[in-house]
Amino acid sequence: MTPVLSVRNLFRIFGTACSRCFDGNDEICGNKCPWCGAIVACKNISFDLYPEEVLGIVGESGSGKSTLLKILYFEEEPTSGEMFIHLTKRNACFPGEAFMGSVDAANVLSLNSYQKRLFRNHYMGMVYQNPFLGLRMHISAGGNIAEKLFMAGFRNIAKIRERAIYLLEKTEVPGNRLDESPASFSGGMQQRVQIAKALSNVPMLLFLDEPTTGLDLSVQARVLDLIKSLQKEMRLATIVVSHDLGIIRHLTTRTMVMKDGEIVEAGLTDQVLEDPQHPFTQLLVCSTL
Amino acid sequence: MNLLNVDSISKTFTIHILSGKIIEGFKDVSFTVPRGTALGISGPSGSGKSSVLKCIYGSYLTTRGDIWYESPRFGRLNLTRSPLRTINQIREMEIGYITQFLKVIPRVSALDIVSAPLMEAGAFRKAARSAAGDLLEQLGIPQRLFEAYPATFSGGEQQRVNIARAIIKAPHLLILDEPTACLDADTTSVVLDILLALREKGTTMIGIFHQPEILARFSDAIYRMKTDSDRGTIQ
Repeated sequence: MTPVLSVRNLFRIFGTACSRCFDGNDEICGNKCPWCGAIVACKNISFDLYPEEVLGIVGESGSGKSTLLKILYFEEEPTSGEMFIHLTKRNACFPGEAFMGSVDAANVLSLNSYQKRLFRNHYMGMVYQNPFLGLRMHISAGGNIAEKLFMAGFRNIAKIRERAIYLLEKTEVPGNRLDESPASFSGGMQQRVQIAKALSNVPMLLFLDEPTTGLDLSVQARVLDLIKSLQKEMRLATIVVSHDLGIIRHLTTRTMVMKDGEIVEAGLTDQVLEDPQHPFTQLLVCSTL
Repeated sequence: MNLLNVDSISKTFTIHILSGKIIEGFKDVSFTVPRGTALGISGPSGSGKSSVLKCIYGSYLTTRGDIWYESPRFGRLNLTRSPLRTINQIREMEIGYITQFLKVIPRVSALDIVSAPLMEAGAFRKAARSAAGDLLEQLGIPQRLFEAYPATFSGGEQQRVNIARAIIKAPHLLILDEPTACLDADTTSVVLDILLALREKGTTMIGIFHQPEILARFSDAIYRMKTDSDRGTIQ
């Protein structure tokens, strides 16, 4: 089976990189290059994501997980590396599809910014830890969803409205609050509006960056259940970034562990948690309460 | 024909927190399980019985040796070297695994937990739920508990939900790690009858049971683990 997403040799270096940042991997301890002082946030990252699969990324803060996710969502330019996306036929009926036919075998990171934006609007969804990053707080909840649908090629206002109501109800936000702005919503509701927005274009790739951190336990549980059931229903290929091993165990089938910008271990989620190999993963697993 | 061929596998754990101390899980375990039979594994606690099962299921990485599995879908596979994606698919479609501990999401009803594997395989919700209800009833779970959350159940009831979930799809290979650990004698006997009926229908099994009489009733052959370095034997 062809992966939906393949990432090869991805680097993100902050500061002026020297050649040793790229090859002197073993000699860099921590993520600061000892020769030029540049920060290597993502170091030679390669992986595949298959259709309908949920992949977890764990690691302590500063390990480069969010930077990686931002690169995948075209929010951040990588220093070097390639990313391939294999389009499935599923979205073929979506408006604006014709544009994408030729991208299949190309490195999407080399597209121009207009193409990247189109690509993101059509095929990707992102849920941030902080709803302020994913939503415009002073535009109505429905307007937030409409914005994304509009960018994905929807032009019929009645249909957009209908879909926004459908999505909000799916994410358990009362449909009658469609015209209120998310600024007046509780944190859990804002997070659910964000999920509705992320899913509105029926993405091929869903990225979740600490989707429930900062929510209280009962809301966290409901948001997680919601993500899980929608992921199954829409058969989304998903990447979840979290430092919470419970969430990783709950949502994912495969996990990568990052430390200092590198993937230090990858495997089936239960194997990584029950039989961790790398010293850092062992420490992480022992550190759960 | 052998469904499973475990070829001199060993498992060691390297504990980095104890400055790289190496702990031996088990050493040189070899056995074969013919299709449609049940192999019991016995041995004192700490001899590595559960670890062997976890290596087969893939929760533990096998340090040395090969585990050959005859998959109806993928053909002959070495489980220690197969792509993770293949292992995942095999787990979904072919291999069931029951531990003595129930690990479930706290907010899902018993009926939903048990019917989930059928629905993932494409069954309709109504048919899946009715099959799940039948199985739970057979295992002696009262109907009033079907919609309740198993996290609130007694140990024995949780255990039975666990068993029901693993066997509802009649897996190709069933791995059992003390599935009857906290059941009373009557329920244990019911569980054993269900397992033996499954075996009649062609499911191959590997199991650990503490009580010798249960082990004897379950097994076509028994593999004895040894704690010292000499090799275990099949009897």
